[in-house]
Amino acid sequence: MKKLALTTALVVATAGTAFADGHDRVIRMGTEGAYPPYNFINDDGDVDGFERVLGDELCARAELTCEWVTNEWDSIIPNLTSGNYDTIIAGMSITDEREEVIDFTQDYYPPTASVYVAMEEGADLMGGVVAAQTNTIQSGYVAESGAILLEYATPDETVAAVRNGEADAVFADYDFLADIVAEDDDLMIVGDPVPLGGGIGMGLRETDTELRDAFDAAITSMKEDGTLNALLVEWFGEEIGQY
Amino acid sequence: MFEYCSDPSSLETTRWFACYLTNGVHMRFYSSFLTVLSLLAITAPVALAFGFLGAMASRSHLLPLRALGKLYTSMVRGVPDIAFFLFFVIALDQALEWVNHQIQCPDWDEPIRQGANFVVCQAAKIPLSSAPQWMHEVYNYFIAVFTFSIVFGAFAANVLFGAMQSVPHAQIETAEAYGMTRRQSFWRILVPQMWIYALPGLSNLWMILIKATPLLFLLGVEDIVYWARELGGSRTSQFAYPHGDWRLWYFLGLLVFYLCFTKVSEVVLGRITRRLSHGQATMGGEAQRKAAA
Repeated sequence: MKKLALTTALVVATAGTAFADGHDRVIRMGTEGAYPPYNFINDDGDVDGFERVLGDELCARAELTCEWVTNEWDSIIPNLTSGNYDTIIAGMSITDEREEVIDFTQDYYPPTASVYVAMEEGADLMGGVVAAQTNTIQSGYVAESGAILLEYATPDETVAAVRNGEADAVFADYDFLADIVAEDDDLMIVGDPVPLGGGIGMGLRETDTELRDAFDAAITSMKEDGTLNALLVEWFGEEIGQY
Repeated sequence: MFEYCSDPSSLETTRWFACYLTNGVHMRFYSSFLTVLSLLAITAPVALAFGFLGAMASRSHLLPLRALGKLYTSMVRGVPDIAFFLFFVIALDQALEWVNHQIQCPDWDEPIRQGANFVVCQAAKIPLSSAPQWMHEVYNYFIAVFTFSIVFGAFAANVLFGAMQSVPHAQIETAEAYGMTRRQSFWRILVPQMWIYALPGLSNLWMILIKATPLLFLLGVEDIVYWARELGGSRTSQFAYPHGDWRLWYFLGLLVFYLCFTKVSEVVLGRITRRLSHGQATMGGEAQRKAAA
């Protein structure tokens, strides 16, 4: 341990001098790692998914050195504002409430509908028990819909709640649920899709305007040359909205 | 891990599990057991030291020191662990960065608190944002160890304080009659004898400490409970090893792990009790003396 502490001190010291000339900032990309296909931890233990590929490309275009870190969804905004990482790239929809606390880049994923998934066609979506992940636009919507909201910390648990019979339905982004429904014969999409949110963007601290502009420019360039569209189709299929 | 793992979808059950249980995420799961064990190995002695200092302070003749000891034990013991963990870790982290900021960037003119944001200059970040991820993890880990030690130190302080009061007063009086100073009688008479009185309380604390390790997750350390939940969740075919909801099995595994661990602890603590009872004026010590006679 002593040796470790010593090397740590040494690395801190050298990193400190390297930083002094101002070019060496590493951008820490915060994500949840539990929301396939947007972001997830793959079988090797690395962050993977649409946002991983996108984020790496954005960093390359903005000529930034980036590092990926995962954080619980529940505390993902507080940990951004307190400086544990520099961006949130975690399938976070752009909403007015969040805009009050953090800044967003332009959207890199177009506004799409959220859907209900249940075990049976006739599930009571407006008066029954509906599961949603805490602090999402979906949980806010369910709370106001008249249904009884059952909140979970991770997306996977919301689906498990339907399978266990604890909830009548789960309400989440279409692209998250679509893959699960496709592989589970017991689950089906019920009711009408609900358009929610203003698309997904990267979240940044309000003070980090330079960084936001850099990522904004990178997203614009990806929209212009069609690479973003290609990436969206690759991860979400042909039906996805494009730019 | 094994050569045949390159295409998991074609494997028969045994080999599939052999590959599944040795893939990258599982390796991180297994190493998180070491994280938990090392946390216990470091926290227990440090908390005991905090407890000892707290107990000594609580029975000091100097009023400020005594007040400090009492304040420490009653304050930390009176706050729920989770609330303390959530508050203290953020406060400590920000305090360290604030101090570092004052040293590193004296010319900084922007306010540090901007609404919800806590902004210090880049050079004052601990660890630096350019530092590799493992350093952030090590930092979080030691913050966690420190927080656990403070919390459990407060409980240990109370236990040790009680144990020090339990040593028969005649022992101290005899020491004084032999001309020992206060300090001498404390170290030579009181401390060696108090452990047997402290042990039941300390062993309780140890058990609670073992069971409290899942709180690590709150502190941003990826512990065994985090990985069990993560790995047990159902996986679509987007993953190389798709499976249903296996959380039940993963948590069952944790249950067995914790039960085995506490069982081993009980056996070891039982041995220590027997050892410490030897020659003591307690019922246990008396029974040992009679059995030998």
